[in-house]
Amino acid sequence: MDFWTLFEYAAWAVSFVLFAWMAMDFMRVNRDFSEDLLTSSREGEIEAISERHDLK
Amino acid sequence: MAMADTAATSAQRISLLRVLGPAHVWALGVGIVLVGEFMGWNFSVGKGGALGALIACWVIGLLYTCVAMIDSEVTSTVAAAGGQYAQAKHIMGPLMAFNVGLYLVMAYTMLEAADALVVGDLLSAVAAETGHEGLDPRPFVVLTIAVLAWLNYRGVFMTLTVNFVITAAAFISILILFVGVSPWSPGQVLLHRELLTELPYGWIGVLASFQFGIWYYLGIEGTCQAAEEVRSPARSLPYGTMSGIITLLIAASLTWYIAAGLLPWEYLGQAATPLYDAARVTGSTALKVFLFIGTIFSAIASANGCINDASRSWFSMGRDRYMPLWFGAVHPQYRTPYRSILFLIPIAVSFAFTDLLDQVITFSILSGLLGYTFMPINMWMFRRKWPLDSIRRGYVHPMHPLPAFVLLCLCAATFVGTFLGYGAQLIAMMAFYIVASLWFVFHRYKYVRRGDQFTMPWPKPLGY
Repeated sequence: MDFWTLFEYAAWAVSFVLFAWMAMDFMRVNRDFSEDLLTSSREGEIEAISERHDLK
Repeated sequence: MAMADTAATSAQRISLLRVLGPAHVWALGVGIVLVGEFMGWNFSVGKGGALGALIACWVIGLLYTCVAMIDSEVTSTVAAAGGQYAQAKHIMGPLMAFNVGLYLVMAYTMLEAADALVVGDLLSAVAAETGHEGLDPRPFVVLTIAVLAWLNYRGVFMTLTVNFVITAAAFISILILFVGVSPWSPGQVLLHRELLTELPYGWIGVLASFQFGIWYYLGIEGTCQAAEEVRSPARSLPYGTMSGIITLLIAASLTWYIAAGLLPWEYLGQAATPLYDAARVTGSTALKVFLFIGTIFSAIASANGCINDASRSWFSMGRDRYMPLWFGAVHPQYRTPYRSILFLIPIAVSFAFTDLLDQVITFSILSGLLGYTFMPINMWMFRRKWPLDSIRRGYVHPMHPLPAFVLLCLCAATFVGTFLGYGAQLIAMMAFYIVASLWFVFHRYKYVRRGDQFTMPWPKPLGY
């Protein structure tokens, strides 16, 4: 088995490990945190607190 | 009252993390784009000859300079992860915003697929050169997407710091090649006098070459998707975007100069890796190695930036319920839009596995072109509804409405040029977005919370 064939198998293996890790972490997060908290991000929150735009 | 409510509940909210600086913005914008210097731009030579490609390079450079200036003003003021999607939502309305969000997701996801294909094909080519013929590129396509998706999943700071390093290395490889061909001694290595010809297809060929001139710069507007994750949007976004377009103008000009001085236009117009081929022609092994590294780094950096940007657009649409709210989730530890990142992985992989690189690239370009056409209209409406003295802007671009007008004219010319060569794809793409718009209007919009989607603390627009 030459280097390139080994590299092919290694690529599949590493890809599988990374996808599996992300999938397991995804399931853990979905299980351990509420949906309301996970989707609580709001656009423009910093601007709402820090900015004022005065009409002249 | 609204501010107190916001402050009281902000402790219970998870948001994207504001950790990025101007260098990261540069890395995101240039990283997405630089692969276009290593491949793709040269098809403009096939349409318009070498001199036609140079005209396309600078005319489209002007188009993108206008894009960068317009984007810097609007994004530094509407600093949200959706980038142009958030801009369109506030300035033009929900339907335009939905379309712009789709343009962004489609353009970046397909570009990501094309980049991963390039990595696979490059490794197959290297394997063939070392005696292993017929290497399957698919495991390397999947590995590229897996590693970069994992990096994006784990955090934006590391993702874009890595992008800074590999993008800088890719840019330096172009500089090294430029120095390596002794530009101070014309005729010694570079043979412009012998290789340059008249316009082979006349001025209509130059027009047709515009769409491939886009490849030099396509994606610099991607800096906008970092708006919610930079420490100072008003400073970092203009700095990063404008320095990015300057970098690309230099890189594009050097790329044309090197390639047109080493390769005949008939070959250059259809080469798969023009800069790498130019390095091979010099006979220098060192330059070949540098350019191989630069090419593969640029493809990886581009895919990395595309995953970042496509996921932010999809996340923003989910947060506003333009897509299911489920996609608007933020990872509580890594503070990334993890569901959007994961969702787009199989889409990118399936595009990459079609092995239709040119069709995938064409759809990406056309989606981007629609976005560029929206920008000048958006800019004009932004200045009209909220004049300069009505809201605070992070950056004010000069000579308005000239950049918007120039951008609109150049987009129109590029559409004409695109129609000449890819009329069927253009019509198919327009049909796709029309059908998607009908779905949004007649089905999806009823789920949107109409007041909540407008988040900028601006006064009422002038005249309303």
